[in-house]
Formats: sequence, C-alpha cells, structure tokens
Amino acid sequence: MGMTITEKILSAHCGKKNVKPGEFILAKVDLTLGNDITAPLAIEEFSKLKLRKVFNPNKIALVPDHFLPAKDLKAANAAKILKDFASKYKIKNYFEIGCMGIEHALLPELGLVGPGDLVIGADSHTCTYGALGAFATGIGSTDLAASWAIGKAWFKIPETIKFVYRGKLNKWVGGKDLILHTIADIGVDGANYKAMEFVGEVIRSLGMDDRFSICNMAIEAGGKSGIIEPDEKTFEYVKNATSNKQQATSKKAWCLKPEAWSRFKSDQDARYSQIKTYDVSKWEPAVACPHLPSNVKPISKLRNVKLNQVVIGSCTNGRISDLRIAAKILKGKKVFPKLRLIIFPATQKIYLQAVREGLAEIFVKAGGVFSTPSCGPCLGGHLGVLAEGEVALATTNRNFLGRMGDVKSFVYLSNPAVAAASAITGRIAHPEEIS
Amino acid sequence: MHIKGKVHKFSDDVNTDEIIAARYLNLTSENDLGRYCMESLDKDFFKKVKKNDIIVAGKNFGCGSSREHAPRAIKGCGISCVIAESFARIFFRNAINIGLPIFEVKDTSVIKSNDLLEIDINKGIIKNLSSHKIYQSSAFSGFMQELVNAGGLMNWVKRHKK
Repeated sequence: MGMTITEKILSAHCGKKNVKPGEFILAKVDLTLGNDITAPLAIEEFSKLKLRKVFNPNKIALVPDHFLPAKDLKAANAAKILKDFASKYKIKNYFEIGCMGIEHALLPELGLVGPGDLVIGADSHTCTYGALGAFATGIGSTDLAASWAIGKAWFKIPETIKFVYRGKLNKWVGGKDLILHTIADIGVDGANYKAMEFVGEVIRSLGMDDRFSICNMAIEAGGKSGIIEPDEKTFEYVKNATSNKQQATSKKAWCLKPEAWSRFKSDQDARYSQIKTYDVSKWEPAVACPHLPSNVKPISKLRNVKLNQVVIGSCTNGRISDLRIAAKILKGKKVFPKLRLIIFPATQKIYLQAVREGLAEIFVKAGGVFSTPSCGPCLGGHLGVLAEGEVALATTNRNFLGRMGDVKSFVYLSNPAVAAASAITGRIAHPEEIS
Repeated sequence: MHIKGKVHKFSDDVNTDEIIAARYLNLTSENDLGRYCMESLDKDFFKKVKKNDIIVAGKNFGCGSSREHAPRAIKGCGISCVIAESFARIFFRNAINIGLPIFEVKDTSVIKSNDLLEIDINKGIIKNLSSHKIYQSSAFSGFMQELVNAGGLMNWVKRHKK
C-alpha cells in the first residue's frame, strides 16, 4: 500500500518506514512557532522544567505579531516575556518590530520552512506552510513548551481527504474562493482530525500566494493540516526565500535539490478516507456570512449588505499579490463615505514592496489606512475593532460571533478583490461592478 | 475517581473565541481567565457555575484558534469536565495536555441543562441522576491514555527527560 505525502513526511520524522492512519508517533520537529499570545503560557510551562537549554535554539521561532506594536500595558508585558526568553535561551529567530511580520507570511518568506519539513506552531493557522509541501499543524502552548524541551511532538497519523479541483477559474476567483467553497461543502468540522490534500490542474495553475490562502484555512474545516505537493513554483519560491536569507541551513540546501523535493509526492495507490472532486468553472467569488466560515452565499444575494469597515490583510490574504489585486480595483477611486478601509501588509518586505510599486499611495489616496504588519483586527485585538451593530467585510479567516469586536457585530469573509470593490460601493459588491 | 455536577448545555461548533475572547488573551492564570469564560454566549456564565459543574455540548466543541486559554478558562471558572459529541482537534489536544477531563458521547441531545451527572472518570461512565440514564463515553486510545494517566503532557515530559 502506498503512502500520502503527509504519511511520508511524518514517517520520515519518526524513523519508521511506514506509518498508518490512527498510529501514534513521537516525531522530531524542524521548526516550532509561538507568538505573543501563546508563547507566554508556553514559557511559563517550560520554566517549570527548570532546564538550562532548549532542544535547539535555531529551531524555535518567536513572532510577536498579535498585539504588537503593543496595544496596551498587558500586551507590552507579554511581548517582553518573549524577548527576555529569546535572549536567555539564545533564540535566533525572534523578530522585533521592524523585521516582524505576521508569522505565517514571515517564516516562509525568510526560508525557514521548506518542502518535507515538520512544523508545529502554537497558532491554529500554522497549517499555512502546507502550501510549501510541509506538514504543519497548530498545537497549544503546553505542546510548544514540551517541544522546546525534547524537540519532539506526539501525533496521531491522520487520515487524508483528497480535494481535486478541475476546470478553469473565472476572473476575480482565486485561492480564497476555492477554500471557502470547499469549507461550505464539507462544513466547519468536515475535515476534523484529518489532513487535507489539495490537487488538480487548478491548484497547479495557482501561484504561491493563492496556495498559502488555501492551506491557511484548512483549520476552518477542522483540518489537522492542509498540503500541496511541491512543484516548480514551490522550488522557485523556496530558492528565492533561501537566497535572500543569511541562514540557509543544510536542510534547506537539501530541499533545493529537485530530486529530493520530488520525493514528497503521494503514491498512486495511497489511501484516502475520501476524494472530493470539484469543477471550479462555475464558481463565483465566495462570501462567508456571519458567524461561520462555512456559511457561504452567492455574492449576488448579498448586494444589500451595507458595510462600516473593510479589512484587507492577515495571514490569509495580506501578501503582495493580494495587495496588487486590491490596488488594481481601488486605483483612482474613493472609499465610500464614512466607511473605514484598513489594509495590512503581512510583512515588512511586503510593506516595502507595496510602497515601491505605488500600491500604498493608491490605498491612501483612495481614503484607506495602510497599517504596519499585525494580526490586529482579525481577532478583534486592536487597530480596527468593531462596535456594537457594525458590519465588516474582511479578507481574514474567521467570522465567529464577536471575533472582530462586539458580540453584536458582524463579519463577512471574502477575497481581496471583493473586499476592495465593496470598500468603494459601501456594500458587498462583485469586482465587476467597478469599471 | 468520580465527579458530580450540574449541566450547562451548549450547542454545536462552540469556538474558542466564544469560550474566551481575544481581549482576555493576555491573562494567563486559570482563575483570571475563568471570569470571562463563555462571556460572548452568556455574560453571566461565570456567576452561574458552581464548582464541579459540567459543560455538555454538541459536535465540534472548541473549534477555531489554538489558544490554550480556552480549556484553561473552562477549568478556571470551576467546570470539572466537558462532554461533547465531538471535539475540534486542537482543543482536544490542549485539554488532554493540561489535564482537563473530556468525554465524547454519541448523542448529547438527551442531556438537558441543569441535569445532575455523576461521572466515573477512569471508566468514562456517565450517570444522569436526573433522568436515570447511563451513557458510556468512547475510551482514549493508546498514547493519549498514557498522557491522561501521567496527569498531562508536562508531567509526561518530566519522566521522558529522566
């Protein structure tokens, strides 16, 4: 019996030739991640072990991205806990403001994740790195603390669901729409405990940014991980990321050999618990209505939804191609009177690129706000919290009750094109409405 | 070991933002977090809970963010255990890791708010003292039982390091 790419990566990290779904393993981790919300708890747990060293200071990333620049005193203190821990244990990959970015955009950009890696992160959207052909999954703070001590984490080998996308994507439809349509189909627990493997000609045609958006939201279907087999585009991305960076490890050099990464493919006779095939040719841009990401409705039925705020950014859609799409629509236009448009580039590099390409100017001239990288409003943290009764359209990943602020506020989710068009009309709009 | 407590009932897909909102994530102690547990769904929840009470929910309990603050808030407000038809993966993992007892029961619709339950934690047998029914929860498999027996992941790590 063959293995899926997920099974191959997990077996390679626990020293077994074969693994089967349901089996428990203790696997070595290549990278562990914590942020200003989850790492303080992990540090508290880790300190109880009274260890003088972490398993490997180069394999720990600490990214204070949620409430930074510090929104209040508590956030400042939490950030300081990370910083002190990083100094004490000589953690190399601690990112201060100025080189900080949203963790799930930053770590791939820096070449810290590559095909075949096993990554755990105390943040549910860690599954994003599956776009690079890595096995990456969200865990809690205690798991993170344990991994700092032993360099390993326990896993149950997940079953895999294969999602096949065929046909041709319509204009204004991208990775975000693919994943929202998929979540709408299988539900918010449709892939609970399972790996989601995304395949087909449509996936191959997509660039890395769209692939990140897809894998990022695997968790919104309950998925343990999302994964896309590495191909030439992945290879190019990792090569550029690694060459930009000071610290290409031997592991990365190994990844860059095509014969190595091409090994990370699912076998023809691999086991799948389910195979779902979609024809995307008729898909419109998807909009998820309050209060679940699975509550997707046709955009044509939502044109009366008036908006107070539009957010473009996040670990789902804050990458350069997302900003380019938004700028294309907003160029020469004005944001609807009294609507707040807030744009978050995901990293400093993307921020600078947006400035150089003139995108930042387009946003500001349109009447939008161009913010420093932060998770900010996505989780109702800061920099765009909603008041009672307010309605937002966001390119983020969750629209749970009270997610972006008041319990009586409402969040709709969409791709960046729909968000930009809607910022102009003041209500949910199809990008085609903006000429 | 037995737990006896009154039921607080919730529906499907209770997410971690509802269990503990992001604005409280800079708190770390269970007692502090507990004050705001379930605030979005019921702002008086903390006041209503008596020590050892039990949360009973539908499917996919704890979906969403990886915040361990969620099971910690539940523990902190006095809840002794959670029973649901299914748990979202990260919540399940976190609960096991921090030693919050959780039980999967096929159909929780038969359990009502304010029912009094008595649970044999080791055997996973749940007695409904109000309706005189008995439910059996599914057993933990292999390694997870080892973690539960150790009293959580950090205790297991301490032994592993030796």
